Amino acid sequence: MAAYETQGFKLDNSGKRVVVDPVTRIEGHMRVEVNLDANNVIRNAVSTGTMWRGLEVILKGRDPRDAWAFTERICGVCTGTHALTSVRAVEDALAIKIPENANSIRNIMQLTLQAHDHLVHFYHLHALDWVDVVSALSADPKKTSELAQSISSWPLSSPGYFRDIQNRLKKFVESGQLGPFMNGYWGNPAYKLPPEANLMAVTHYLEALDFQKDIVKIHTIYGGKNPHPNWLVGGVPCAINIHDTGAVGAINMERLNLVSYIIDRTIDFIDNVYIPDLLAIASFYKDWTHGGGLSSKSVLSYGDIPDKANDYSASNLLLPRGAIINGDLSKVHEVDLRDPNQVQEFVDHSWFKYEGGAAGKGLHPWDGETVPHYELGKNAKGSSTNIEQIDEGGKYSWIKAPRWKGHAMEVGPLSRYIIGYVQKNPEFKEPVDMVLKKLDLPLTALFSTLGRTAARGLEASWAAHKMRYFQDKLMANLKAGDLATANIDKWEPSTWPAEAKGVGFTEAPRGALAHWIRIKDTRIDNYQCVVPTTWNGSPRDTKGQIGAFEASLMNTPVAKADQPLEILRTLHSFDPCLACSTHVMAPDGAELTKVRVR
Amino acid sequence: MVETFYEVMRRQGITRRSFLKFCSLTAASLGLGPSFVPKIAHAMETKPRTPVLWLHGLECTCCSESFIRSGHPLAKDAVLSMISLDYDDTIMTAAGHQAEAILEEVMTKYKGNYILAVEGNPPLNQEGMSCIIGGKPFLDQLKHVAKDCKAIISWGSCASWGCVQAAKPNPTQATPVHKVITDKPIIKVPGCPPIAEVMTGVITYMLTFDRIPELDRQGRPKMFYGQRIHDKCYRRPHFDAGQFAEAWDDEGSRKGYCLYKMGCKGPTTYNACSTVRWNGGVSFPIQSGHGCIGCSEDGFWDKGGFYDRVTDINAFGVESNADKIGMGTAGVVGAAVVAHAAVSAIKQTRQSRNKPGQDE
Repeated sequence: MAAYETQGFKLDNSGKRVVVDPVTRIEGHMRVEVNLDANNVIRNAVSTGTMWRGLEVILKGRDPRDAWAFTERICGVCTGTHALTSVRAVEDALAIKIPENANSIRNIMQLTLQAHDHLVHFYHLHALDWVDVVSALSADPKKTSELAQSISSWPLSSPGYFRDIQNRLKKFVESGQLGPFMNGYWGNPAYKLPPEANLMAVTHYLEALDFQKDIVKIHTIYGGKNPHPNWLVGGVPCAINIHDTGAVGAINMERLNLVSYIIDRTIDFIDNVYIPDLLAIASFYKDWTHGGGLSSKSVLSYGDIPDKANDYSASNLLLPRGAIINGDLSKVHEVDLRDPNQVQEFVDHSWFKYEGGAAGKGLHPWDGETVPHYELGKNAKGSSTNIEQIDEGGKYSWIKAPRWKGHAMEVGPLSRYIIGYVQKNPEFKEPVDMVLKKLDLPLTALFSTLGRTAARGLEASWAAHKMRYFQDKLMANLKAGDLATANIDKWEPSTWPAEAKGVGFTEAPRGALAHWIRIKDTRIDNYQCVVPTTWNGSPRDTKGQIGAFEASLMNTPVAKADQPLEILRTLHSFDPCLACSTHVMAPDGAELTKVRVR
Repeated sequence: MVETFYEVMRRQGITRRSFLKFCSLTAASLGLGPSFVPKIAHAMETKPRTPVLWLHGLECTCCSESFIRSGHPLAKDAVLSMISLDYDDTIMTAAGHQAEAILEEVMTKYKGNYILAVEGNPPLNQEGMSCIIGGKPFLDQLKHVAKDCKAIISWGSCASWGCVQAAKPNPTQATPVHKVITDKPIIKVPGCPPIAEVMTGVITYMLTFDRIPELDRQGRPKMFYGQRIHDKCYRRPHFDAGQFAEAWDDEGSRKGYCLYKMGCKGPTTYNACSTVRWNGGVSFPIQSGHGCIGCSEDGFWDKGGFYDRVTDINAFGVESNADKIGMGTAGVVGAAVVAHAAVSAIKQTRQSRNKPGQDE
C-alpha cells in the first residue's frame, strides 16, 4: 500500500512493523500493529477486534422484555449500560412511559457504573502505563507522606502507612512471584514519576481495589447483584415501601440510607484520592502531548441522564448531546439516531459482507445487514489460523466501521467534555478550565491521551455528585407521596401493535451507545447495537478514513520498539471494550465464509 | 521472602494456636494421623503461592469483575498473598509477546502444579477464529495451557455450560471447557457471574485443603451448589402461605411476597444466592424484587422467557439435590405449586401444634 493522507494524517506502512497481540488490560481481545520510521515514530496503525460472539442473531425471535438480560451480557465491565439501552429501545418502540422514581433509580444505577468503571479503569487498567511499581520500592515513605498530604486531605497518608505498603510490596517483589506485575516494562524511560509519586499511586491502586467493591453495592440494592443487576421494561423491578408492613421486603428507609451512605463515600474517594492522583501524575507528563487522534477533529455524543422521566430531548439530558466535525469547534451538530443518513455502518475492511457488494455501502442499523465473511488481505503474512501480520488493505477486523454523516468519530468522556465545553455548559467547562489552569496548559492540551484520561476522572466526579442529586430527587418524590416504580399498562404482549420499531441510547462509560430494535408479532424481528468501541475501534472505510484508535497512535514516538508502553498507554486511554464492539452477527445466522490467504 | 499462607493468616489476625488447630483439622479431614500435623504446618509456613493462569475466551469479563468484588478474602489479598496470578489479560501489566512469554515460563517452571482458570469458552466454528489470541484460535491456547495444569476451574456459566453466546442457535459454536478438555479435573463454578465470595471460597478451599472440593454429578462444588435458591429463600414462607406478587409494583411486590408467579427460577436453580447473597451479603435478585433468572443453570437462556412461570417445579423438600432433579424426571406440572403450598401448610400446622416457632 502506498503512503496516503487522510483526516490530516500521513499514513506510511513502509517502516518496521510491530505487532501487539494480545493487547492486555482491556475488556475482551484486541490486536494492534504499527509501523515505525527510522526514529521509532509511529507512521501507520492498524487495530483489529479479535473476537465475535453473535448476540443479535441469538436475540431474534425472543421476547423483547427479555432482551435486556441478553444484551447486558455483551459486557460485564460496563455492566448494566446495555440493559438500560435495551429497555429504552423496547419502551421507545412500544411507547411505554416509566414512573419518575424509576427514572431516578435508573440514573443512579447508570451513574454508579460511570463512577465505578472510571475508577477501576484509572487505577487497575490504566495507571501502570504511567506508574512504575518497581520504582516505588525505592521511595522514601516520609516524603511520600508529605507529597500525599500536600495534594489531599485524605486521612490515610502517614509515613507509617506508606512504609507498611512498601514493605508488603517489597516482600511481594522479592518472592520472585510477581503475579500480574510480571514482565512489566519497569524501568522504561517513558516512566516519568519520582519514586514517591509511584509509591503513592501504587498504594491507591490497592485502596481503590478495596473500595470499588463498595460502590457497586448500589446496583445490588436496586438491582439485586453486581455484575449484571436486574432491569425491567416499564420501570425498575424493586418496589418501594416506606411506611407499611412488609417494607423490609422492599426498598425501605434502611436501604435508602445505605445507598446514601455509599454515595457520600464515593464522592469522598473520587474527589480526595482519584482527582488529586490524576492531577499529580499528569503534572509529570505535561510534555507527553501525544495521542490526540480524532479528538480535535470529530467527536460524537448521544447524551444521557434524563432529568425528568421519558424526555430524551437534548435539553433534558444532563450529559451533552451533539457532534463536532472537521475540527470546527464553533458548531455542534444535532444528532438524530432515526435519520437513515446519519449513523451508518460500513464493512469494506471488516470481516462481513453486504448483499450486492460491500464497497462503499453504508447501512443504517434499522436496515442493518450483517453477513460474516472472514478473509485476510492478500498481503497478510501467516495463515488464516496463524496470523503473523494483518493486511490493512483488505478485511482485517471483527469490528464494523460506523460513520456519522460519513465521518469517523471519537466517542467517550473526552468527546462528552469537548461538546459540553463548546456548549459552554458550566458543569463541564469549569472543571476543564480548573485542570488546565492547575497544570498551566492551553486548551489544545485537551486533545491528547492525557486529555482523555483527565476527562474520565472529571466525569467520575461529576457522576458521583449527580448520584447525590438523583438520590435526593428520589427522596423528594417519595416525600410527595409517589411510590410508583413500574408502569405495567403495556406489560402484556397482547397490548402491543403487530409491528413496532424503536431506538434506545445511553452514554456508556466508554461513549455513545445505541440499540435499534424491530418487533414483529410480539417477538424480536431484528436487533442491532452500535457500541462505543465500534466507533473508537473502527477499521478503515471505503475512503481509507481511519478510526479513533488508529488515529490516536499516529506520530507517537516509542522509546523502546520491543516494549509497547506508549501504544498501550494511548489505547488504554479509550478504555477499550472489545466484547462490546464485536458481538455483531448476521440476522440470518449465516455461516462464515472463509477465504484462504492467497 | 515469600509471604506464605501462614503469614497471610497471621496478618489477618489468626493466632498461632488457631493455625495449629486448623492444621490438625486439615489432617483429620484428609484422613491423616496426628503425626502429619507438623508436616502440614510446615508446608503452610513455607510453600510458595500456587500459580494461577487465568485465560479468557469468548466472554464478557463479568467473572473477573465479580472476582475483584470479593470482600472476604479481599481480592487484593487473594492476588497478592494467596495465589500467584501470573497470567490474566484483564489486569496484567505485560502485553503482546511479553505476556505470552509468561505462560511458557510458568508452564515449564510449575509443570503439573499450576491451576488453569478459564473465563469464557472457545468457539469451534470459523476454525476457532472468532476468538483470536496472538493470531491463533483461543482453542489452541486453551489446549496448550491445559496440558500441564494440575486442575481447571471453569469460571462462570460460559466456561461451565456455554452461556449467552451458546444460546440458540449458537452461531460461533461456543463450547464449554469440559467438552474440549477431557483429561483434567474440572471444577465448574457457574453463574453469570458467580458470586465473588463463592469464587474466592472455592480457590481458598483448594489452597487450604490441597484438594478439589467435592463435586456433584454436574461438576459443581456441593458446598455452594448443593441446594436450590428456593430452598433457602427468605421469601419461602410466602410461597408456602400462598402469598404471591402478581404484577410489578403491586401490593404483593411492595410487601416482599414470593415472586414465583413473576417467573422466578429459584425453584429450579442451584446456587448460593439466597444464603451467601451478593456483594458482601447486601442483597440478591429476589430480595431486590426481580425473580431469579437461573443464571447458574445449564442452558438457562433457552428455558422459556424470564417472566414465564416455572411449571416443572419439584415440590417436595430441601432434601432433593441437583443430582436427583438433574436426572430429568418429568416433574409435577401446573398444580404442583398449589399442592406444595397445601402440603407445606399441613406440615406447618402439625409442627406448630407440637413445637411452636420451629422452622420447617
